[in-house]
Amino acid sequence: MRTNLFTLTAAAGALALALTACGSDDGGGSDAALVGEGTGDDCVIEAEVPVGAALSLTGAAASYGESQQNGLKLAAEHLNEKEGVTYALTVEDDQTDPKQGISLFETFAGDGTSVIIGPTLSNTAFQAQPIAQDEGVPVLAISNTAAGITEQGDYIFRDSLTEGQVIPQTVATSVETYGLENVIVMYSNDDAFTESGYEVMASSLEEEGVTVLETLTFSKADTDFRALLTEAKNAEPDAIFVSGLIEAAIPLVTQARELGIEVPIIGGNGFNNPQLMTDAGEASEGVVVGAAWNSASDNPENAAFLEAYETEFGSQPDQFAAQAYTGMMLIDHAVREQCSAERDAIKAGLGNISEVPSVLGTISINENRDAEHPAVVQVVKDGKFTVLN
Amino acid sequence: MQQLLNGLFIGSIYALFAIGFTLVFGVLDRLNLAHPAVFAVSAFVGIELVEVAGLSIWLTLPIVFVVGGLLGIIIERVAFRPLKNRPDAHFAGLISSIALAGMFIALLQWRYGPNTRRFPADSFPSTTFTIFGAQVTLLQVAILVISVVLMVALALLVARSRLGRGMRAIAENPTAARVLGINVDRVTMTTFAISSALGAVAGALFAMNVNSAQLGMGSAIELKGLAVIIVGGMGSLPGALVGGLLLGLAEVFAVQYLSSSWRDLVAFGLLFLILLVRPQGLFGARKVREV
Repeated sequence: MRTNLFTLTAAAGALALALTACGSDDGGGSDAALVGEGTGDDCVIEAEVPVGAALSLTGAAASYGESQQNGLKLAAEHLNEKEGVTYALTVEDDQTDPKQGISLFETFAGDGTSVIIGPTLSNTAFQAQPIAQDEGVPVLAISNTAAGITEQGDYIFRDSLTEGQVIPQTVATSVETYGLENVIVMYSNDDAFTESGYEVMASSLEEEGVTVLETLTFSKADTDFRALLTEAKNAEPDAIFVSGLIEAAIPLVTQARELGIEVPIIGGNGFNNPQLMTDAGEASEGVVVGAAWNSASDNPENAAFLEAYETEFGSQPDQFAAQAYTGMMLIDHAVREQCSAERDAIKAGLGNISEVPSVLGTISINENRDAEHPAVVQVVKDGKFTVLN
Repeated sequence: MQQLLNGLFIGSIYALFAIGFTLVFGVLDRLNLAHPAVFAVSAFVGIELVEVAGLSIWLTLPIVFVVGGLLGIIIERVAFRPLKNRPDAHFAGLISSIALAGMFIALLQWRYGPNTRRFPADSFPSTTFTIFGAQVTLLQVAILVISVVLMVALALLVARSRLGRGMRAIAENPTAARVLGINVDRVTMTTFAISSALGAVAGALFAMNVNSAQLGMGSAIELKGLAVIIVGGMGSLPGALVGGLLLGLAEVFAVQYLSSSWRDLVAFGLLFLILLVRPQGLFGARKVREV
C-alpha cells in the first residue's frame, strides 16, 4: 500500500514535470518540425503549419465572416495541393463579440498556433489583437479597415486597404467623372467603422473643393431612410455620399430611387458587396463604390480565383473572400521565405513582402505593416460592378 | 408634403405594431414582450412564402396573419398560462415572454442564418404616384389602407361583438367575468392570437416597406412600440393609433427642422413632454380610487 502510494506520487510528479516541460517547450519541441529545408518554392516543412482564424460567423457581421471563411478554405486547399508545406487551418467563430474574440486569441496564443488571421471587425480587432502582440504571435488582419490597427504593435499586419487609402481615390474619381459641386453626405454615427469612413470622406471632399450642402446621420440599425432622403432631395445635390454598412445601403438605395432621387450615390467600403445588386435590383444602377479589390481585373491570379471560387461555392466571391484568400497566400509567402513556420519567422516574412502578385493586384507590405496595392473605383452597370472612368 | 406622408406611412406601421401590444395589456393587464419577436418571425415567414412557395403578396398577408395568430396562442400557452396563478404573474409573464422571444429569434437564426433577407424585387408592383409633388408608392398606400382597415376592424370587434364584450368584461374584472359565465381562458387565448396576428402583419409590411428583414428588427421597434402605448394611454386602442402616427411624424419633422442626429432625442423628448402634461397618456383614463 505504502509503496503503491509512493509510486503513484512519483508518477504524478513525473507527469507534472513532463507537462511543464511540454508547456515551456511549446516553442521548442513542436516548433523544431516547423523549420524546414530549402527556400521559396522548394521549402519543405515536415509538420503541418497551424493557422488560426477568428471570424464572425454568427451575429451582425456574419455575412462578411462567411465570405472570409470561404476564401481562407479555398486558399488552404490550393496551398495544400502545392508540394512542401501543408497548412492546418482552424476557423473559429467570434460571434461578432469582442469578448469572444479575446478568448479565441488567447486560445490560439496558447496552443502553439503559428499565425492568427482576423478578427472580422475593427471593433473586435482593437480588443483581441493586443493579446497576440503580448504573446508574440503574428496577426494578419484581412478585413480591418479602421485607422490604427497596425499601430497596436509590430506583430500586427494587414492586407486590407484602409478607408483612408480607398475613399480619397473614390471621391477624386467621382468628382472628376461627374463634375460634382454640391453634395449631401450621409453616415451612421454609431459605428466606429462608418464614422471613420465619414471623416475621410469629409476631408477628401474638402480637398476637392466640393461644397457639402448638408450632413445627415442615421443609426446602423435604421432601415427607413425616407425622411433623411427627402431632406437630401430637397437640397438638390449633384450626388449623395454615404458611409454605411451593407445592411443600411440596400434599403437606402432602394428608397432613394423610389423617392425619385436620380443623382449618383457614392458609397464607402460597406457598399462594396455583390448583395447590393442582387437585393436592391435596378435601384443599385449608378451606385459608385471604391474598393480594394477589382473583381473585373483580368490578372491571372484573379481570373483563377474567380473560377475556383465559383466552382467551389456556386456564387461570386466578394472583396472579403478575395482579401481572405490573399491573406493565406501572403502567409505562405512569408513561411516559405525562411522556410520556417515559427512565429518570429512568419513575422519577419510578412514584413518583407514586396511586389507579390496576388488576387488584389501587386501587393506590398509597407513599413507600417499596412498593405499597399492599387484601389479601384467601380460603378454598378447592368447589375455588375464595372470600373468607373 | 413628402415628409408628412413619410411620417404617416411609418407611423401607421408603428401604430399597427403598438395596437397589438396594447390590446393584451388593456384586456389582460400583461405586457407581452414576445410581441417584437412575432414581428420579426412573420417578416421572415412572409419572405419565405413569397420567395420559395411563390405565393402572391395578397395571399401571403392573410397567411402571415394566421401564422401570427398561432404564435400568439403558443405565447399564451407557454409563457403566460402556466404562470397565471402565481402572485407575481405580471413579472413572471414579462420575463417568460422575453425568454420565449429569445427562443423564437434563435429558431429564426437556425433556419435562415444571420443574413438580412428581403422580399424578391418584383413581389410588389413598383407603381409610383405623385401627390402634391410627393412621391408615393403603391406599396405605401397599401400599407396605410391595410393598417387602417385592421385597426378599424379591431375597434369594431372590441366594441360590438360578443368576443369584444368578453374582453371588456375581463379587462374590468376577470373574476367577475368568470362568474358571469364568460370563458375567460378562451377569450384570453383569442386576445393573444389577435394581438400577435396584428403584430405579424405589421412585421411583414415593415419588411416590405424598407426592403429589409433582420433578426434584430423586432428589438429596434420594441422601444418605439412601448413608447407609443404609454403616450397613447396604456390599453387604449385609439391611443395607440394616434401615438403611432405622432411618433412617426415627430421623427420625420425632427429631421426636417432640426437635424438628423437629434431625431430620437426629439421624438422621445416629445413623448416625455406629453407624459408630463397628461401622465395617463393621451387617451388613458385616469385611475380613480374608489373608497
